[in-house]
Amino acid sequence: MIHRFANPARFMRLSAALLPWCAVLGALLIAAGLVFGLVLAPADYQQGDAVRIMYVHVPAAWMASFVYAVMAAASAVGLIWRHPLADIAARAAAPLGAGFTAICLITGSLWGEPMWGTWWVWDARLTSVLVLFFLYLGYIALVNAFDEPTRGARAGAILALVGIVNLPIIKFSVDWWNTLHQPASVFRLGGPTIAASMLWPLLAMALGFTVFFVTLLMVRMRTALIAAKVRALRQVASEAEARPAPRTPRGSLGSVRQ
Amino acid sequence: MSPFRRLVARDLRLALRQGGDAATVIAFFVLTVILFPFGVGPEPLLLQRIAAGIVWVTALLAALLSLDRLFLADYEDGSLEALALMGLPLEAQVAAKCLAHWLVTGLPLTVMAPVLALLLHLRAESYPALVLGMALGTPSLSLIGAVGAALTLGARRGGVLLSLLVLPLYIPVLIFGVAACEAAGAGFAARPHLLLLAALLVLALALAPFAAAAGLRQALE
Repeated sequence: MIHRFANPARFMRLSAALLPWCAVLGALLIAAGLVFGLVLAPADYQQGDAVRIMYVHVPAAWMASFVYAVMAAASAVGLIWRHPLADIAARAAAPLGAGFTAICLITGSLWGEPMWGTWWVWDARLTSVLVLFFLYLGYIALVNAFDEPTRGARAGAILALVGIVNLPIIKFSVDWWNTLHQPASVFRLGGPTIAASMLWPLLAMALGFTVFFVTLLMVRMRTALIAAKVRALRQVASEAEARPAPRTPRGSLGSVRQ
Repeated sequence: MSPFRRLVARDLRLALRQGGDAATVIAFFVLTVILFPFGVGPEPLLLQRIAAGIVWVTALLAALLSLDRLFLADYEDGSLEALALMGLPLEAQVAAKCLAHWLVTGLPLTVMAPVLALLLHLRAESYPALVLGMALGTPSLSLIGAVGAALTLGARRGGVLLSLLVLPLYIPVLIFGVAACEAAGAGFAARPHLLLLAALLVLALALAPFAAAAGLRQALE
């Protein structure tokens, strides 16, 4: 099953077919979630309109963890089966995850100011998400620090797997330490404690963010594959040029070399 | 002598003969701690309030500075490849190297910490928690650091990269180490925090050698 998708050509065909659908679906879901969340959903009896930050903050926070899990899973597949696409997927996911984490931290800060009276507290949840952000940055820096891309991918994969210890800490930080950030109100035993009128826009946004992530991931992976192909062709071309009597046909390469 | 002990002895001999590696770490620790009374002012009450934090953060940075000694010299002169051919599994080698690293950095840091805490007027009740916490926490620093040190072998700007990778992972050790001192100073039990530090050590001891060995393998490929 995994090896069926190890073929980059098959991935390119499949992703080209899926991409427009994913893009449209993600845009529709996010648009619907924004309209329902920011306009139609009721304001909170206590927080007023500031509660609407939730419709961006909470999905971004979920995505921050989810993308890390995707990255770690792709890293594990890449390490164990030497799956070429998995390495590319992990590498492509990292900046997206860092982006979602940044959105989560920034919107959380904007929400904290009116509600808690402070932009930032050293609460367990906030701290562990900040650590997640630094893990993303460390991963990106490590992957790009080697001359050979495969070594960077390998080292990054190990780091991604080490950093996965942070995910349960983020999830359970609100239960283990009783500080300012509220505990889970959607994914909990005994069902969500959030009103249905607020839950549905939230879920639409969460699904929209996920589809948006998948879309961007496919775009980034396609770009990485095409860039690798261009690099390989350039190398072949320059080697052919360096040879005194070029005997390789150069017609197909000339178009790539601009 | 078993291969494990031989490797520990070799690393210790190298560290001690090269002269002053441990001394440099301690000197860094002392000097940086001494900077704080100049930086924040010498009022004893203020210093007492932040003493545990200063000692812990500085010990953490000192441990971080010494991490490149774990594998880098062996990687550069090729002896890491010779070691990999030794019968001992790489995981056990990582554990041996971490033990040697802790003996020349973590242990002296633990011994020096109460002396420096004295300069910062740490509350008398906090000393046992500080020393026990350092004894439990510094081995975790060596083990977690070994993962970062193995992953950054051969990387461009390895030193800066190493701190970017390792410092976020050091945060739990710092939190519980300082919390133990604060709890003891405020008259509460330091035991829960020390137990959490011990749990971190057990976790690091169980996982870090495997991660670091995987890192070494891909560096040697």
